[in-house]
Amino acid sequence: MEVEELKVKKRIKKYNNEKKALISILQDIQEEYNYLPPEALKIVSKSLDIPLIDIFGVATFYRTFSLKPRGKHLITVCLGTACHVRGGPKILEEFKRKLNIKAGETTKDMRFTLETVACLGCCAIGPVVVVDGNYHSQTSIGTVDSILKKYRKK
Amino acid sequence: MSNSKIVTLDDLELLKEKGLNLIYPTKTKISVGMATCGISTGAREVFQAISEEVQNQKLDCVLSQTGCLGFCQREPLVDVIEPGKPKVVYAEMSYDKVPELITNIKNQKIKNEWMLCQIGEKYSPRLDGIPFYKDVDFYKKQKKIALRNCGFINPDCIEEYIAKRGYFALHKVLTEMKPKEVVDMIAESGLRGRGGAGFLTGKKWQITRSSKGKIKYIICNADEGDPGAYMDRSLLEGDPHSVLEGMLIGAYAIGASTGYIYVRAEYPQAIVKFLQAVKQAEEHGLLGKDIFNSGFNFEVRVNKGAGAFVCGEETALIASIEGGWSGPRPRPPFPAKSGLWGKPTNINNVETWANVPVIIDKGADWYSKIGTEKSKGTKVFSVVGKVNNTGLVEVPMGITLREIVYDIGGGILDNRKFKAVQTGGPSGGCIPESLIDLPVDFEKLTEVGSMMGSGGMIVMDENTCMVDVAKYFLAFLEDESCGKCVPCREGIEKMREILNNICKGEGEEADIELLEEIALTVKEMSLCGLGQTASNPVLTTIKYFRNEYEEHIINKRCPAGVCLDLISYSIDAEKCNGCGACVRPCPTQAITGEKKKLHSLDQEKCIKCGACYETCKFDSIIIK
Repeated sequence: MEVEELKVKKRIKKYNNEKKALISILQDIQEEYNYLPPEALKIVSKSLDIPLIDIFGVATFYRTFSLKPRGKHLITVCLGTACHVRGGPKILEEFKRKLNIKAGETTKDMRFTLETVACLGCCAIGPVVVVDGNYHSQTSIGTVDSILKKYRKK
Repeated sequence: MSNSKIVTLDDLELLKEKGLNLIYPTKTKISVGMATCGISTGAREVFQAISEEVQNQKLDCVLSQTGCLGFCQREPLVDVIEPGKPKVVYAEMSYDKVPELITNIKNQKIKNEWMLCQIGEKYSPRLDGIPFYKDVDFYKKQKKIALRNCGFINPDCIEEYIAKRGYFALHKVLTEMKPKEVVDMIAESGLRGRGGAGFLTGKKWQITRSSKGKIKYIICNADEGDPGAYMDRSLLEGDPHSVLEGMLIGAYAIGASTGYIYVRAEYPQAIVKFLQAVKQAEEHGLLGKDIFNSGFNFEVRVNKGAGAFVCGEETALIASIEGGWSGPRPRPPFPAKSGLWGKPTNINNVETWANVPVIIDKGADWYSKIGTEKSKGTKVFSVVGKVNNTGLVEVPMGITLREIVYDIGGGILDNRKFKAVQTGGPSGGCIPESLIDLPVDFEKLTEVGSMMGSGGMIVMDENTCMVDVAKYFLAFLEDESCGKCVPCREGIEKMREILNNICKGEGEEADIELLEEIALTVKEMSLCGLGQTASNPVLTTIKYFRNEYEEHIINKRCPAGVCLDLISYSIDAEKCNGCGACVRPCPTQAITGEKKKLHSLDQEKCIKCGACYETCKFDSIIIK
């Protein structure tokens, strides 16, 4: 994906070029590109006068940032304690098997990225899986297929 | 929007009237619970179906939404309110039930089977035999202070919050009380921080207040990272103004004119609702300059987290607001002396802030009569895991675990045997059945090796492996450790490796002692709360469930049937009736057999995924 310098700079300007807004700026860039392209980080580094290594520090410290391009659909399997005791890990295994990728990876056709999350706060109705912001509650090994089917077409 | 500015008590009273008319309109009102738990179970589709069906059937009514009433497991909840009658709460609604629902409303009929309860004892019941809200087992022993409005008002509507006496406490504080009086009142109430450590809120405020410096900050910690706890999400989604009002009162008491709220990224709806509340408060003059003509100014900024558990720790959270990732730093200096940008800063958790307006409104005396000697008031818990009724409950401190698990939670799923309840998140511990009559408060939970934490209560049954649970928490903490200090970074990893081996059947007898030794080192030598408490899940599971560790190590068995390397799946010849249901879901074709004949399971092919166990209706899959 091509990174347009002006577009990135506009995002940075929204926060008055303030260093303290680094996390928010990175969040905005990720929203735009679905990940953090290295070229964009270089522009941020120059504009905010923050060494690139520190920007990578922030980008790798926080779990929600991705330095790799992600797929069209983002599947997030919750592995919070309540989901864990109700079978969350088995749901994750099923997704891994069905998509033939590990957690944190993207399918070759760039259709699905599989991620895990420590807790989504929907503990009463676990195991929970979120796809593109849509919540699926009380999932089971059997529902994994139907969830995937829904997004395979899209 | 200058005409909607609230300046005097009369202005508030006027909006209160308006709000009451919105909550109890003069015609039929249908309201859908639209917190994240509701939406996850289909509330959005239900809401959509209701708005379409109301038009189809030409029903003259008001359509609205609320936050979460706590009983998340029975979501989506739909309230039907007719003027002068108790509110009817329907549970587990789905879009296909909506046409019948609307027809029933038109014909003044109530569907008994769908009902959870009715609310409003002052009216005669709409239907005999259906319990009132306060008589439902799930709600009977609850006392809602922080959650007072969640599920009862529309969180998008400031007038409805005001209708429930919202911002009256702020008015009282700004027009009648000196800042020190406010601090004293909170101190007298005995309120302690709901985020985990339980520090006295009034004392914390006093320290920040008396710290030197013109500029001071307050922060609302909404980085609710403990897996299994979600009261902060529910509060922000269902009653954001209560948190905002608490912050305003605290800011006045402490002498701050800027506040921050740090909300974790995993709670998108909480962020949206809170931002909206801030905007409404600004429009009504409740944020900004010269609030209630008192000369007090206050503004709020919203920071979105980026997914780091350690940022729930106050110094790490401050570093994150400042734009970096430095992680925790040694204390002292405490933030009350030197916090955000080196200025005195007071940090409290969402639930703590939400309690503040009620204490001001009803008095410190009233509040301190609730709870135990050292733990005053109520606490919100998320009762989740292997329990029949899952959801958010707010109970007076001092209630026993048994009451929470059995009376409110309705006992263990599928009548299985209770094994433990895990409290305090990754910093807490597992409490066994022998301690189920323990009264729950800050002291008692710490005494048994666990802690209050933010209020997660994960119930575990005989099918939960305690070694696996300890491994789970350590894997989580290994991932979330910032890596700054050695004991936490290396110690947690080593403990997790040992537990991995035990779960694989490669454990040795000396492992338990070794685990205890590392655990104590990590506990004593770590820099921040994450490491200092990381050993609790290991130490409590060894203390109370040592036999399970020994089973794994000596007999290479996982009694709960969880650890994959130690179990195998087989088919119970007496129970299998050859229905064939398990054959198709098996991803490796390990199960074969003719219809109506005993099936067989090929151990070589079986990957222990559990698909057959989940499908079999006759309990004929054995995990051993």
